[in-house]
Amino acid sequence: MAIIVDLDKCTACGLCVEACPFGVLRLEGERLIIGDGCNLCGACVEVCEFGALALPATAAPEPRPEVPPDGIWVFAEQRHGRLAPVALELLGEARRLAEILRVPVSAVLFGHQIHDLATELTAAGADKVYVVDHPRLAEFLEEPYAQALIELARRCQPEIILAGATYPGRAFIPRVAAALDTGLTADCTAFDLDLEKRLLLQTRPAFGGNIMATIVTPRSFPQMATVRPRVMKRLAPQPERNGQVVPVQVAALDEPGKSRFLQTVAEITETVPLGEAEVIVAGGRGLQDGKHFSLLEELAELLGGAIGATRGAVDAGWISYPHQIGQTGKTVAPKLYMACGISGAAQHLVGIQSSDFIVAINSDPQAPIFQIADVGLVGDLFEIIPALIQEIKASR
Amino acid sequence: MKIIVCIKQVPETQEIRLDPITHTLQREGVKSIINPFDLYALEEGLRVRERQGGSVTVLSMGPPQAVETLREALTYGADGAVLLSDRAFAGADTWATAYTLARGISKLGGADLILCGKQAIDGDTAQVGPELAAFLELPYVAWARKLTFVESEVLQMERLLDHGYDGIEVRLPALITVVKEINEPRVPSFKAKLRAKSQKIPVLGLQDLELDQNQVGLPGSFTQVVKVFPPPARGERELWEGAPNELAQRLWTRLQKLKIG
Ligand SMILES: Cc1cc2nc3c(=O)[nH]c(=O)nc-3n(C[C@H](O)[C@H](O)[C@H](O)COP(=O)(O)OP(=O)(O)OC[C@H]3O[C@@H](n4cnc5c(N)ncnc54)[C@H](O)[C@@H]3O)c2cc1C
Ligand SMILES: Nc1ncnc2c1ncn2[C@@H]1O[C@H](COP(=O)(O)O)[C@@H](O)[C@H]1O
Repeated sequence: MAIIVDLDKCTACGLCVEACPFGVLRLEGERLIIGDGCNLCGACVEVCEFGALALPATAAPEPRPEVPPDGIWVFAEQRHGRLAPVALELLGEARRLAEILRVPVSAVLFGHQIHDLATELTAAGADKVYVVDHPRLAEFLEEPYAQALIELARRCQPEIILAGATYPGRAFIPRVAAALDTGLTADCTAFDLDLEKRLLLQTRPAFGGNIMATIVTPRSFPQMATVRPRVMKRLAPQPERNGQVVPVQVAALDEPGKSRFLQTVAEITETVPLGEAEVIVAGGRGLQDGKHFSLLEELAELLGGAIGATRGAVDAGWISYPHQIGQTGKTVAPKLYMACGISGAAQHLVGIQSSDFIVAINSDPQAPIFQIADVGLVGDLFEIIPALIQEIKASR
Repeated sequence: MKIIVCIKQVPETQEIRLDPITHTLQREGVKSIINPFDLYALEEGLRVRERQGGSVTVLSMGPPQAVETLREALTYGADGAVLLSDRAFAGADTWATAYTLARGISKLGGADLILCGKQAIDGDTAQVGPELAAFLELPYVAWARKLTFVESEVLQMERLLDHGYDGIEVRLPALITVVKEINEPRVPSFKAKLRAKSQKIPVLGLQDLELDQNQVGLPGSFTQVVKVFPPPARGERELWEGAPNELAQRLWTRLQKLKIG
């Protein structure tokens, strides 16, 4: 498959060569050559003034003909009876898409003794809630979760499946996509629709957020994506909304698996997980000692936030790895990111650049963190943070 | 114990930018490195070998120059390396990549333990590992930070989730993806460096893997990139200097305006 060139129309003007984001087009004399690495992004087709370039035709993906497609599914992640906020956010987004596509929205709920959650899901926008209640689903485990979703999706054929880009979501959804022979777009931050082809336009950051890419799944069914928490809008709950609760059996769960859950080893002692936090107060080596994280904790508590850290702070043993943000840690996108005593190494910045508002406190006016911070405070964090804590307390 | 570690050659991502005017990917002079997470997978493979015996093979799919990455992996002490490379593999998404890697692993006679990094830092998808496990029909566990053998074929691990760590047990053969916390990679040894220089790295292509060109590369990919663009620009940046309590006051006023706190 490649871009189709109409040699009669091509004037070798070179516009497309310049427009190609991947630099794979070149002119050899009067002849346009499409080199290796073309991924059919279509940038050249758009700029061609002579209509000489075309994308190969794609048809809308289709389900098995004998089963009517089942609209949009949202994987309703829960743990110990608490729904992950991203599940409700996704229901809000699914409703928006469903109104345009004129299809129903279903939530898919896995767990053990979790029927109570169904009403929360209908109030958040689900027309239908498929519930698979099984002891093997009581705790998250890749194998049974994947088996259950694969079997259900094969049976009912949703047109689109959305799940949170959380640790569990990103662990088992790829296996479902592979088994269903379909594509999967990871960690999306925005959706749109190509109504003509019924394609979900899935936008996600790549290369550590330096580039955004829009991706489609044009020839397989269903279309699947995981979605970053905190980017989609949940609806105001409508408790009076009616929804259908559909308990379903999954045969694959009755066979013994090759993996099993043993026990929870350690809980991260934080009330808000980093991925869901609206405010993150993060510390780096500028804190000079692990005990000074207590200063950040006091501030985080006042702001209802969570604690993040650089690799520098984690490697020094001041705080545990789950707090690490950046290339080899977590990617976060809070409303407010407060970087305290952080230099702003590129590997740290890739994990925070989707934050809405970044504040940096650093004594070195040349610190690279100031290049990305919306507000940079030049000064000693040991003076500024206590003053800020005082200020907040006084205003309440 | 036969261990295969999947490693990917990636560009140093922080250097990749879209030219704001031409919208082309600026990749000139960008260095290629071993995907950082894959170094932890490799180190863990070496440690398992040291404890349980066996061999570690590093496997990569990529352009011919990915052979450099594999050679670098050999300097850490891997026993062998194999590159899957063919013009037909170009443009593969995670599905087609995993499909090709799965065929490569089958051609190598399978493995008892397959280790992958948590994710590659170019695409950040974290999908190839779980998809590979699906094609090989192997059990798998993602985000492991500690592996312990309780029997020669039974592996217990601690794995990271949002709430903390869970203990999971899995029966081999299996595929595991690892997070950074799992170990501290060693420094390449002089002996291994010498040996790596002359070691043969077989390259397998489409025909060696008996694959159809419609199953691999761009034609074998279900996802398609239709547009790339730079992220929205951030607003004006401000740099404030002054007395600590002034700065604190100003900041708190601003945060309240933004409805934070
Ligand atoms: C492959 C690879 C992956 C990596 N992955 C990550 C990652 O995921 N996450 C990550 O964070 N890093 C990562 N790093 C490391 C990264 O390059 C930096 O080393 C690290 O982020 C630096 O941490 P830091 O800002 O805490 O420390 P430093 O760079 O030492 O910065 C400390 C800052 O504190 C300031 N300071 C000192 N005292 C005060 C004071 N009293 N008040 C105010 N400011 C003060 C200093 O001016 C300085 O700017 C990675 C590196 C590599 C090679
Ligand atoms: N082309 C490749 N060759 C070998 N291993 C790969 C390749 N792509 C991905 N992997 C493995 O899959 C993991 C996840 O990659 P990704 O899904 O691209 O984020 C990596 O850490 C590697 O272990």
